[in-house]
Amino acid sequence: MLVAVLTYVGYGVLTLFGYLRDFMRQWKIEKCQNATEREEQKDFVPLYQDFENFYNRNLYMRIRDSWNRPICSVPGAKVDMMERVSHDYNWTFTYTGRVIKDIINMGSYNYLGFAQKTGACQEAAAKVLSQYGAGVCSTRQEMGNLDKHEELEKLVARFLGVESAMAYGMGFATNSMNIPALVGKGCLILSDELNHASLVLGARLSGATIRIFKHNNMQSLEKLLKDAIVHGQPRTRRPWKKILILVEGIYSMEGSIVRLPEVIALKKKYKSYLYLDEAHSIGALGPSGRGVVEYFGLNPEDVDVMMGTFTKSFGAAGGYIGGKKELIDYLRTYSHSAAYATSMSPPVVEQIITSVKCIMGEDGTTVGRARVQQLAENTRYFRRRLKEMGFIIYGNEDSLLLSLLMVPLKLITAFGREMLKRNIGVVVVGFPATPIIESRARFCLSAAHTKEMLDTVSVSSCLPSAHAC
Amino acid sequence: IIRLLFSKTYKLQERSDLTLKEKEELIEEWQPEPLVPPVPKDHPALNYNIVSGPPTHIITVNGKECINFASFNFLGLLNNEKVKSAAQASLKKYGVGTCGPRGFYGTFDVHLELEERLAKFMRTEEAIIYSYGFATIASAIPAYSKRGDIVFVDEAACFAIQKGLQASRSNIKLFKHNDMADLERLLKEQETEDQKNPRKARVTRRFIVVEGLYMNTGDICPLPELIKLKYKYKVRIFLEESLSFGVLGEHGRGITEHFGINIDDIDLISANMENSLASIGGFCCGRSFIIDHQRLSGQGYCFSASLPPLLAAAAIEALNIMEDNPDIFQTLRAKCERIHKALQGISGLKVVGESFSPALHLQLEESCGSRENDVKLLKRVVDYCMNSGIALTQARYLEKEEKSLPPPSIRVVITVEQTEQELDKAASLLKEAAQSVLN
Repeated sequence: MLVAVLTYVGYGVLTLFGYLRDFMRQWKIEKCQNATEREEQKDFVPLYQDFENFYNRNLYMRIRDSWNRPICSVPGAKVDMMERVSHDYNWTFTYTGRVIKDIINMGSYNYLGFAQKTGACQEAAAKVLSQYGAGVCSTRQEMGNLDKHEELEKLVARFLGVESAMAYGMGFATNSMNIPALVGKGCLILSDELNHASLVLGARLSGATIRIFKHNNMQSLEKLLKDAIVHGQPRTRRPWKKILILVEGIYSMEGSIVRLPEVIALKKKYKSYLYLDEAHSIGALGPSGRGVVEYFGLNPEDVDVMMGTFTKSFGAAGGYIGGKKELIDYLRTYSHSAAYATSMSPPVVEQIITSVKCIMGEDGTTVGRARVQQLAENTRYFRRRLKEMGFIIYGNEDSLLLSLLMVPLKLITAFGREMLKRNIGVVVVGFPATPIIESRARFCLSAAHTKEMLDTVSVSSCLPSAHAC
Repeated sequence: IIRLLFSKTYKLQERSDLTLKEKEELIEEWQPEPLVPPVPKDHPALNYNIVSGPPTHIITVNGKECINFASFNFLGLLNNEKVKSAAQASLKKYGVGTCGPRGFYGTFDVHLELEERLAKFMRTEEAIIYSYGFATIASAIPAYSKRGDIVFVDEAACFAIQKGLQASRSNIKLFKHNDMADLERLLKEQETEDQKNPRKARVTRRFIVVEGLYMNTGDICPLPELIKLKYKYKVRIFLEESLSFGVLGEHGRGITEHFGINIDDIDLISANMENSLASIGGFCCGRSFIIDHQRLSGQGYCFSASLPPLLAAAAIEALNIMEDNPDIFQTLRAKCERIHKALQGISGLKVVGESFSPALHLQLEESCGSRENDVKLLKRVVDYCMNSGIALTQARYLEKEEKSLPPPSIRVVITVEQTEQELDKAASLLKEAAQSVLN
């Protein structure tokens, strides 16, 4: 309680300082260092409101060096980072040209360790690159549908246990372009409080009515469903055409896993449709890596639309949607991305094909299975260690995204910088992405991390937090 | 008085309660629509052409070898050995994926290098890269234009622009395609509105969104007049150069070089790297004042994984080639003029597009009545050509979603790799096809 009050006071002081500096800048007592409008266009309507940029100028600029850190090697378990310094309090950065080597990487989404520069996946991708080239230059419906894409889609459908699947070039775009194709005006979308920006954008673009239920709270969801069916559309009282529930497998900021059995029971009782976004959970949960559906032991046909991305566990880029054949046929015809956006690049497709085959065990080795098990072990071990040290960790027991709660504002920046001094790279998140008194540091585990690395990280995280407190 | 107060509350309570039993009955009775309506098996967009092997100059479509007149590979860089070897080197160094968004260890030195090179090539202060071409303009517009702002858009704007406008929730005013008089009329109307309410006018931002080379009609926008209108009515210009980057202008810098306009006059130029640069992704360039804002508020930039480094390396090498051989642009323009002349006078089909545009449309001169029948007829022309060795495609649109749906057409794409004999062969084949199918 005391800490929360102190945090608010801290923000208040910073805001006052911000106003003071703006005042000084306006009166030219302090030098104005950010970019300004052109001379010829000074009498145009200003492009940014003053207040929008207030946070940016005064708070964000001071702590900007914790984000956008450039790296120059494979984003594996250890990574090389380019050193950068700032002589004017983070307004500009200069690269010294030196490289900080072998930083333990707890920030990249490299869950199964497929971000490698050697190995079967990389060789296959190299072969396809020399044969097909890097780009495609056409859309799926016109001339961009390569045989590689067809192969990928059949493989993904088999992996997930659904009838058929379709792949897209960007995970964010998969959500924002296919939700509008599935629902429209007169439909209802029930979305979780902490859904990702792509789901929110897709829901808004579709034109349907959106209602939000509390995070992972089944009573809130049931109440909304009941009210929706009984009362119908808000003013006309007509019945809704469809109801779509949007949930994620693992929520990236909290680390919590969705309560899938209960959601499916509710969905069946109230005859609605379920859209599951497995961006972080595919390849990472479940004994053979098939995601949150396998983790709970449920039937993949119960989920109407299974969506996921290839960026995290498979070390490539892009997204997919899997489901019944009618659904995928409809998306092939009416999805915005199939008609207007370029198809996926062939080497990336090959990387996905090889990594999926590896996870399924079809390439003849047990490497895939071993990695999934290693990841689960790493998760359990690391969580136990951090709990023993007395930190507050958010998230489910088995989820591989750990959020360490750090309340005071300056703690997150100090933590980030101290960890970097000890050659460990973590992700810290603050105000706009999380509630104001709940800033956190986030650890992303990977099957490529060894026990020694995890030990180093947990020991080192004690010291900076003690330091900064 | 007390009685009046009590009687009011009694009335409210009676109105809206349903008993538990009635609620359960309603829940039992409600039947939702099926998640997706069924799609007829012969829908033209359902059965894709399968391309086996690389989509380069000679392309194998559905088992037949054809000359490629359908992929937007304008400068022929898709199969270029130098580009491929640069991408291979990057693959060996970085692997395939970046495993993270730009803010969290997803920024590689190749991304920074590509941004610098693009900014230097286009002679602007800064550039920002997106990992998907469609998302580039669809994230750039909502970052600046919010609810209550006004955007003047050309009618023939492409779908990505339409989605960006929809996401921004601003007031959209469409003006007739390339019609400056119509745009001026709208701007004047806006000015009179402003004078009625000057306080509101001081905070509503105004933008014009146009494309350099329109994808749907193949012609260019009259940029010098737009600049004049910009300064007269104080609106900002966003230019979308997906087709004109690497095509127009002496060095391929796009429509600003074509018209000889100072690049700082345009507030934001956005383009995708999927056409001339034969890579994947998109970029925006302009002054730092404008581009820097997108690093925190561009949705497709902050919440999405960054571009795989091998594609960024391929784009850098493609830029190198563009800078070293400035005469390919002239060659491309000559080829476009040639085929434009050769395609005139086909009975039943008319050519839509400028003479130097590498992406033309062939539309039916007289429609058969319904769009479906037009599409079927054009499909027969395309099949005839494919059977004889020229790969063409119809321009695909989402009929229900477009604001102003262009008529069905065949898309003809000219690349630097096509020889003059091939161009002539394509033109004569199209004439034959039109004769046999349409007469």
